[in-house]
Amino acid sequence: MNMPLLEVKNLSISFGGLRAVDDFNLSIEKGQLYGLIGPNGAGKTTVFNLLTGVYKPTDGAILLNGRNITGHKTIEINRDGIARTFQNIRLFKDLSVLDNVKLGLHHRYPYRTITAVLRLPKYFKQETAMDERAMELLKVFDLDGEAATLASNLPYGKQRKLEIARALATDPVLLLLDEPAAGMNPNETQELMDTIRFVRDKFDMTILLIEHDMKLVGGICEELTVLNFGQVLKQGATKEVLSDPEVIKAYIGE
Amino acid sequence: MLDFLNTFISGISLGSIYAIIALGYTMVYGIAKMLNFAHGDVIMVGGYLVYTGMISWGFNPLLAILFAMVGCTILGILTERIAYKPLRGATSNLAVLITAIGMSYFLQNISLQIFTANPKSFTSVVKWEGISLADGQLKIQGVTIITILTGAVILLALQLFINKTKAGQAMLAVSEDKGAATLMGIDVNKTISLTFAIGSGLAAIAGALLCSAYPVLTPYTGAMPGIKAFVAAVLGGIGSIPGAMIGGLLLGVAESLSKRFISTQLADAIVFTILIIVLLVRPTGLMGRKLQEKV
Repeated sequence: MNMPLLEVKNLSISFGGLRAVDDFNLSIEKGQLYGLIGPNGAGKTTVFNLLTGVYKPTDGAILLNGRNITGHKTIEINRDGIARTFQNIRLFKDLSVLDNVKLGLHHRYPYRTITAVLRLPKYFKQETAMDERAMELLKVFDLDGEAATLASNLPYGKQRKLEIARALATDPVLLLLDEPAAGMNPNETQELMDTIRFVRDKFDMTILLIEHDMKLVGGICEELTVLNFGQVLKQGATKEVLSDPEVIKAYIGE
Repeated sequence: MLDFLNTFISGISLGSIYAIIALGYTMVYGIAKMLNFAHGDVIMVGGYLVYTGMISWGFNPLLAILFAMVGCTILGILTERIAYKPLRGATSNLAVLITAIGMSYFLQNISLQIFTANPKSFTSVVKWEGISLADGQLKIQGVTIITILTGAVILLALQLFINKTKAGQAMLAVSEDKGAATLMGIDVNKTISLTFAIGSGLAAIAGALLCSAYPVLTPYTGAMPGIKAFVAAVLGGIGSIPGAMIGGLLLGVAESLSKRFISTQLADAIVFTILIIVLLVRPTGLMGRKLQEKV
């Protein structure tokens, strides 16, 4: 078997006396659609924050493509190739849809500020290239018609899509989606499932997502990890995990 | 009528200086979410640097201003790195605020040490006499005209910079959501440094203009204009660049008119009364955005 794209070994973090994530292990192959589920407060978003360097783990290691990225700063991890979306949408609301995506592109188009101030040809060339690349991405998500709209004026479902587009703009190898279906109606969720699958195929992306919507999880994830009280409760193929009595107990109670 | 016009024009000129200073306050607040109370003293340092360049070293005025801008930019970046950055992410904003006040006194006292308390008489950086209209009844000084033009050019340049460059867009992104910006690959520390650099560079220009219009320079020169520019920034809506400009102009005109037609002693009281009234009606300032708290 190939080397996994993401490998997490014995990852733990404590806040004071609370072990929020304890001995967490995870292995994701390239191109996989992987789900991280668990009751509220199980530590799912904490795992995302650990993966993106927002929190520093107390113990354990994170390997991306076999390279140890544990303890890297958030911005370095973005350069390493992990991008994410947020549970409560965190777009730049006062910027246009296009500018939101362009912000994700910034570090791929490294012109210096002085180039822009002097309006050298390089500035125009790179700005045009950025515009084109951003529009391409928006087209993929059917948002190109709204490029000039303020992000805050987009309907909810499209804001979710824009967040995914912005994350993809940073050119990641691994995309983390934090509750992408939160607040969506069944139709929107269905559309989102298609979008996620499409992103995986079109961008050859590996996706790790947190979700409570079992229809979405059961519908698109190939493998699951269930977290409960910061510990892995169950790990394996989606069908098996979802029918596991312990998992059902953790979710619904006895 | 001519009297009024004269006063009004000098008010616009004073207002332009407040506006340039207020831009520094408002940008730093918008992006780093802190009130940099040492900003007024950076103006004073700028004034001394122009003075040193021009009088002691015999630079021509433009070169002296350039020298002061470089000096203040470095000072701005250093204060941010040394005094404010370590406190970023501190649990209370109060820590940074107190540090900024401390930095203000530090700059005043270090200037007192270097330049002594003796007032320096400043020579205007603008040699041009100005123009006279209406058969010499309406005289507009060169420094007044240059100040107004400088203010307008800075505002335009800043708007272009923010809207048309990556660094400017990064500033907007950081001002909205530092966390999300970092996760999208934007270097927040660099962006904040750049903000301080721009604000301090502008402060040097403001210092040169201020000392040209009011040619006495002491280590406390920056304090009052600093406070007034802060008022201007709040009046216009702190965080908003056009707001800082409008707030500054409004304040300058109000101050000049009150000084001329009401009372010199009461002028400052009137200025602050305007602030209170505006904030009662529009708590976020004239151009401030509505506050939205995320639940």
